[in-house]
Amino acid sequence: MTLIQEMIIIGVVAAGTLTTRFLPFIIFSSDSPTPSYIKYLGYVLPPAVFGLLVVYALRNIELSSIQSFLPEMISVAVVIILHYWKRSMLLSIAGGTLFYMLLVQVFF
Amino acid sequence: MTADKHLNAIKYAFPKTIPILAGFSFLGMAYGIYMHSLGFAPIYAIMMSLLIFAGSMEFVAGNLLLSAFNPVSAFILTLMINARHLFYGISMLDKFKNTGKKKYYLIYGMCDESFVINSTAGIPKDVDKGWFMFYVTLLNQIYWVSGTAIGSLFGSAITFDTSGLEFVMTALFVVIFVEQWMKEHDHFSSMAGLAISAVCLMIFGADQFILPAMVIMLLVLSFVRRDKMKDKVVTDK
Repeated sequence: MTLIQEMIIIGVVAAGTLTTRFLPFIIFSSDSPTPSYIKYLGYVLPPAVFGLLVVYALRNIELSSIQSFLPEMISVAVVIILHYWKRSMLLSIAGGTLFYMLLVQVFF
Repeated sequence: MTADKHLNAIKYAFPKTIPILAGFSFLGMAYGIYMHSLGFAPIYAIMMSLLIFAGSMEFVAGNLLLSAFNPVSAFILTLMINARHLFYGISMLDKFKNTGKKKYYLIYGMCDESFVINSTAGIPKDVDKGWFMFYVTLLNQIYWVSGTAIGSLFGSAITFDTSGLEFVMTALFVVIFVEQWMKEHDHFSSMAGLAISAVCLMIFGADQFILPAMVIMLLVLSFVRRDKMKDKVVTDK
């Protein structure tokens, strides 16, 4: 690829990303009231999207190999337990991550 | 807007972004090293992190630069990989209202992590909501671009074992999910999001499950629950 072609590809990827981010705001401009169905979606979508992001973060585990999924599953459990126990985001995230690093570096 | 109010917003925003600081420094560095390994000069990774600012898409874009020149398919691929941003936008329509010119940057910089923090943070009355969200987004982008720059410039010099650090992003999403779960009375939406995504992942595989999962979520949330929840939403807002 030439430099110009590379710049075009980077520009196109940036434009595509901008499109996905700006589209809802262009369609439902702030001047007019948001339709109630869209308001409803804005209310129920976040919890569903958080679920999607959890699965997205774990998308590369393979259930066929213990080495691939056991450290993830145990560490996710650690995060959940820590969070129910102390309900401190930083503690849950740091604790779970350090635990995972220990598992993959020492045991698996 | 006085300097005090800015300081106030930064003081409240920064602690919320500490997990992202850890995650983005690491993942940004990983991206810089990856681009370096593909043979690109540091300016490529840095410019892409500045302009695109969407982690997984930037890794894909590195590969696109090495394949045959095809801007149309690059554009369509980008729309597909980043389609989840549409859901973020719909969720933030009201929150971004009345934020003035900052709104354009808030939308531009709405990556997964900024969306997650801005949509869940309970912001105290004495903190300006718009500036809080602005600084969350800005700090996150600074972490990502700096990580990328460090990785592409000095990546080969890192010697300590960082394997497993990438789990910090997974841990963040799990905590956000659990936090939402603890707050809500009705778990239907959370359950639907988790279950539909998991089933789609098994059927369509890691590279292609997001779009079908989004479509099914939209259908399920629109038709199964709409009548039950509609009144609640209208009275809430």
